[in-house]
Amino acid sequence: MKFLVCISNVPDTTTKITFTPDNKEFNKAGVQFVINPWDEYALTRAIELKEANPGSTVTVLNVGEADTEPNIRKALAIGADDAIRVNAAPKDAFFVAEQIAAVAKDGGYDVMLMGKESIDYNGFQVHGMVGELLGIPTIAPAMKLDMSGNTATLEREIEGGKEIVQVTTPFVVSCQQPMCEPRIPNMRGIMTARTKPLKVVPPTADAPRTQVQAYALPPKKQGVKLIDAENAGELIKLLRNEAKVI
Amino acid sequence: MSVLVVVECDKGEVKKSSLEVATYGAQLAAQLGTTATAIAVGEATEANLAQLGEQGIAKVLYDKEPRLKDFVNNAYTKLIATAAQQEDAKVIVLANSNIGAAVGSRLSVRLQASLATNVVELPHTEGGQFVVKRGAFSGKAFSDVVLSGERKIIAVKKNSLEAKHEAGQTATVADFSAQLTDADFADAPKQVVMQDQAGGVLLPEAALVVSGGRGMKGPENWNLIEDLAKALGAATACSKPVSDVDWRPHHEHVGQTGITVSPNLYIACGISGAIQHLAGVNSSKVIVVINKDPEAPFFKAADYGIVGDVFEVLPKLTAAVKALN
Repeated sequence: MKFLVCISNVPDTTTKITFTPDNKEFNKAGVQFVINPWDEYALTRAIELKEANPGSTVTVLNVGEADTEPNIRKALAIGADDAIRVNAAPKDAFFVAEQIAAVAKDGGYDVMLMGKESIDYNGFQVHGMVGELLGIPTIAPAMKLDMSGNTATLEREIEGGKEIVQVTTPFVVSCQQPMCEPRIPNMRGIMTARTKPLKVVPPTADAPRTQVQAYALPPKKQGVKLIDAENAGELIKLLRNEAKVI
Repeated sequence: MSVLVVVECDKGEVKKSSLEVATYGAQLAAQLGTTATAIAVGEATEANLAQLGEQGIAKVLYDKEPRLKDFVNNAYTKLIATAAQQEDAKVIVLANSNIGAAVGSRLSVRLQASLATNVVELPHTEGGQFVVKRGAFSGKAFSDVVLSGERKIIAVKKNSLEAKHEAGQTATVADFSAQLTDADFADAPKQVVMQDQAGGVLLPEAALVVSGGRGMKGPENWNLIEDLAKALGAATACSKPVSDVDWRPHHEHVGQTGITVSPNLYIACGISGAIQHLAGVNSSKVIVVINKDPEAPFFKAADYGIVGDVFEVLPKLTAAVKALN
C-alpha cells in the first residue's frame, strides 16, 4: 500500500496574527511554523496503517519553499519514509491542488491523506480539488479510516451525524478528530530522519484562481461588562434587552 | 446568466443555513441584475421548497432520485454542475457546511470556477472586480479575496446573515433530472448514523450555544449546561480537554481543531479561554464568560462576564430564562 500524506506549514496555534504594513501578507517575523494540526491526524493515521500493513510506504508531500523543510523532516522523524517538496510558495487552494495532483498522477499512490483544512487559510478545498483533478473519490471530512486490502471503511462527518462509507483505492481522504492521537517524534526518529530522501521538484506553471487583496483583523471588543454573580439573572435581561440575542 | 443557490434539506425541511444561503443568493442576484434559482439536495418536500420564495428564490429545481436523500459527493457534484450549466449560472452559492465545502471544491474543478469558502458578506462587484470577504486564521482575521474567471463559487459561513422571511412569496418547484447513473453513487454511504443532539439543536447550525470546560468538574454536572441550553433553545458544546477525557463526545468539541462556530450567543462555562479555543468561537456575535477565576483570559474576549462559581450561577441563569419565557 502506498500512502501519500500532504502537509502544510502553518503558524503555531498560539501565534498572535499580524500583517505586513500594506496588509497584503501575513507577517512571518518571529513566528514559529508547525505542521498543520489537521495534517498531523493524516500523517499519524497513515503511519499506523503502514505499520499494520507490512511492505507499505508513506511519502510526505509539501508545496512550499525551502523554509518548510524543518517540518518536512519532522514528518519523516514521526515515521514517514521519504518526502517530496514542490518548490513554490502556495498561492491559493487550486494552485496547491494542481501541484499535488501533478505529483500524484504518476506516483501510483493508493491512499492520499491530508487534513480537512489548514488553520491559516481555512479553505477546506484542496482535498476535493485533488480528487476531482485525479478523477477519484474524496471522503471529506473523515473521522475514521480502516483498510482491509484495497477496500477502505470510513466514517465521514455530516451535520448531526456520520456516514459510514466504503471505497476502493485509489481515493483522497481529509482527516479530522478523532481519527487518531497525533504522534511526536522520538530521538531515534529524529536521527534517522536526517538521512531519509527529500526530493525537490519544480511547480507546474498554472496560475491561481483567487488572490488576497488585503487582510484585516476583526474589530476590537469594547471590553467585558461584568455582572455580579449574586445577581446573575440580570445577565439574561441584558442579553434580551441590550444585546438582543435571545 | 443567473445565480444558482444550493439548498440542503433534511427530513423534508430546508436547513437553517440554507435559508441564509438562499437569502444571500437572492440579494446577490439583485445586485447583479439577475434572478436566483435554487437546486435542492437531500430529502425535501415540494411545499417546503416552494417556501424558498420567502427568501427571494424564483425557481427551485428538484431531482426526485431517492438515492440523493443522503450525501453522495460524486452524485451531488454532478447534479449541481448539470443545474449550473442548464441555468447558465455564473455564480453558485452554497453553505460553508461539510456538504457545501466538499462539493464546492469538486465543482470548482469541474466547472473551472474560482472558489471562496467561509464567506461572511455579499461580494463587492464594483469596477469589474469580484471581491469577497472571508474568515481566515481560524477566525482571528479576515481577508478580501479577488475571484477571477467567468464562473465563481461562494460558500457562505453560517450565521453570517439573517435569513429573510417575506411572507406570501412562493417559488416555482420544477422537476429536474441530472440523469444520474449507478456509477455516480459509487461512494454512497452504506449507513447513516445520527448523533443525539441535546435539545435537538445542531451545534454547527445553532444561533445560541452553551459550552462547558474543565471547570464543570465532570460529566455528571453537565445537566446544568443542558438545562440552560434547553431553556434557551441552544446547542451544547465543550472545550477540547473535555472531549479528550470523554466527558463529552468529540462532535461537541469547539475550537481550532474542532468545530468552528459563529452563533449569535456563545456562553462559556468554566472555560479559561486558551487561544486554540478562542479561535473556534471568536466570530460569535456575543460572548458570555462564566468563570470563578477573574484572571481567566477568556474575559478579555467576552462581551459579558460573571466572576463566580458555575454551579451557583448556571441554575440562576436557567431560572431567569424560564421566568422571561
